[in-house]
Amino acid sequence: MTNNLQLNAEGKLKHFLSIEGLSKSLLIEILDTAESFASMSEQQVKKVPLLRGKTIVNLFFENSTRTRTTFELAATRLSADVINMNIATSATSKGESLLDTIRNLEAMFVDMFVVRHALSGAAHFIAQQTAPHISVINAGDGQHAHPTQAMLDMFTIRQLKPDFSSLRVAIIGDILHSRVARSEIQALNTLGAAEVRVIAPKTLLPAHVESLGVSVSHNLTAGLKDIDVVMMLRLQKERMSSALLPSESEYFKCFGLTEEKLKIAKPDAIVMHPGPINRGVEIDSKVANGPQSVILKQVSNGIAVRMAIMAMAMQTAPGKSPVTGAVQ
Amino acid sequence: MIRIDHGRIIDPANNIDRVGSVYIADDKIISVIEEPDNFKPHTVINASGQIICPGFIDLSTRLRDMGHSRKATFKSEVLAAAAAGVTTLCLQPDTVPVVDTPAVAELVKELAEKAGYPQIYAIGALTQKLDGTELSSMLSLKQAGCVAVGNANQPIKNLLILRRAMEYAASHDLLLMFRANDVWLGNNGCAHEGVFATRYGLPSIPEAAETIALAQCLELAELTGCRVHFGQLSCKRSVIKIHQAKKYGLMVSADVAIHQLHLTENDIAPFDSAYHVLPPLRTEADKQYLRQGLADGTLNSICSDHQPHDLDAKLGAFPETEPGMSALETLLPLMLKLVKQHAITLEQGIACLSTNPARVLRLNSGALTPGFPADVCIFDPELDWQVNSQNWKSQGVNTPFWGQTLKGRVTHTLQAGKVIYQL
Repeated sequence: MTNNLQLNAEGKLKHFLSIEGLSKSLLIEILDTAESFASMSEQQVKKVPLLRGKTIVNLFFENSTRTRTTFELAATRLSADVINMNIATSATSKGESLLDTIRNLEAMFVDMFVVRHALSGAAHFIAQQTAPHISVINAGDGQHAHPTQAMLDMFTIRQLKPDFSSLRVAIIGDILHSRVARSEIQALNTLGAAEVRVIAPKTLLPAHVESLGVSVSHNLTAGLKDIDVVMMLRLQKERMSSALLPSESEYFKCFGLTEEKLKIAKPDAIVMHPGPINRGVEIDSKVANGPQSVILKQVSNGIAVRMAIMAMAMQTAPGKSPVTGAVQ
Repeated sequence: MIRIDHGRIIDPANNIDRVGSVYIADDKIISVIEEPDNFKPHTVINASGQIICPGFIDLSTRLRDMGHSRKATFKSEVLAAAAAGVTTLCLQPDTVPVVDTPAVAELVKELAEKAGYPQIYAIGALTQKLDGTELSSMLSLKQAGCVAVGNANQPIKNLLILRRAMEYAASHDLLLMFRANDVWLGNNGCAHEGVFATRYGLPSIPEAAETIALAQCLELAELTGCRVHFGQLSCKRSVIKIHQAKKYGLMVSADVAIHQLHLTENDIAPFDSAYHVLPPLRTEADKQYLRQGLADGTLNSICSDHQPHDLDAKLGAFPETEPGMSALETLLPLMLKLVKQHAITLEQGIACLSTNPARVLRLNSGALTPGFPADVCIFDPELDWQVNSQNWKSQGVNTPFWGQTLKGRVTHTLQAGKVIYQL
């Protein structure tokens, strides 16, 4: 069902809603295409005309700075026209339904929606309802998926540790509420990682979490053993008020990543975080700024990976060859 | 006078299963099989090859109207009920306004009469405005025609209030129709706390939200002596608890919504709001246990839990869509499917839709007993039909069975001797 919706009749990417249902070869194609865009960011002229004349709407029903900015930069570098809509403070507060918002924007002849929404399934819903020529990219829906974040993390991992089949990855923190975690788990399993381990207290793990294809630990010290990639998740402050955790300090004591705890992982382990970081809550500043941290690399890679996904969804990706001569 | 000819008569209450005729005079059944003297019918219905059984009694429906007429009206939904062979409907009290005063109960009766379908019985609100804090005037509600009291899906603020409400209901020999649901544990969820919700990141509802509320109410049933009927149970451990309570001797009964007997979380197409129901669709094991519970009599009734919606209510991201299915018209074919799959016998299926709910409500109906109202359903168990706009009567098209071909269709429905539906 999911993959039917995401792929067109030729099996090419049409919408990018979830990692689920996408093949390993398609994920690798995304990473390879992103590779060809990555070098471009360092050049003086950073634009290619692949999406010239296309209109992309960033439809953010939930606040975001990093994700929206990198999507905007990615679209601009592909020469698309970009409109940012912050719906959290716009139409829906006047009582307009999600569908009405979409219909109105469709009437303005747009080509792509980049959607972030607080409810799981919102991007699927929009992809199902929207006009057939429009592509939908999920920039995070509720607790369901954040597939572009997962792909930029896969890209970052591959740059440093190219062989997924030997990788042991630990995801630490609020798995229950995390769309990032769900997409990372699916991407890592599709790419054939040796092990995906989730480490969290029971209150932050969904029921039957093993069914996602992970091993489970409730203890950070034990859980970090033999780990190549440490993925930290952001802890939302409201988890304390809803009785999921007693306090930030206790959380840091049990699950906060410190230099000392990081030593338990493999010596060349990398540390990742999708941002924004709560320093001193889930991660010690020394680790976040330390030599094993690739957190800022993740951010810059976000642009190339999102360019690749947008170009592929609009069927204008340059394929596996590097972008040459196409620079404006 | 009406004679229904040569059908296979299945009347579980009277232990009848044989081919014959049913004789009706005015609004009553006067005889089954034996032809009465001087019987001169003005209408003869040929039922050969078909099944004649008591009209169905549905323990939980919402007909909207009263504040929700954009979703459906009494007029549209009684057509659906008649086409489904249903001759008696119990209306949940969460209408607008709530059925918490005799005036609103009278309004329900009036709307039912106007729609040409008088046998709509309101379940009175257990608490005023269903707010779970102050008792409603239950005796007045009973006198105004309410067959039971309940709080629909709304929570009772605390167990002391539930205890008092049950004591008061018991004083007036009123049946409590209870939806077991702890809203705190439910935590605004929209899917079963299981593999599906975990994979799709949907806020989830554990079984314990149902079983804990059920266990508390069972304890209070013993304490207060209140008769309780548990509606729309969804999981294995609820069936076990009801089984134990009955064995122990409590005056309790329970039903299950028809969709819970056929669908599980595995059937939910990702984010398809047609499958959004409360309680949520649970696991295969739960489904099998609910079927087992019907077969061994732990659950004695099947209800439609009919909840028609307008299109907008189901258009949105899954968690924000409104729960419920439009389910009257698929009730019979889905019951017959249970029979075909050997989960229950045909006689049990018919009893769960007629005789047993009549016993729950202590109505003199649900059987083809001479002297009872002539509420009769005649259906062709082999007739295939497609769920599509041509055949569908309910204003709500929110069913996951849309487009499917189902087996078994009602050909005639008689309510108090009046033919209210004919295919």
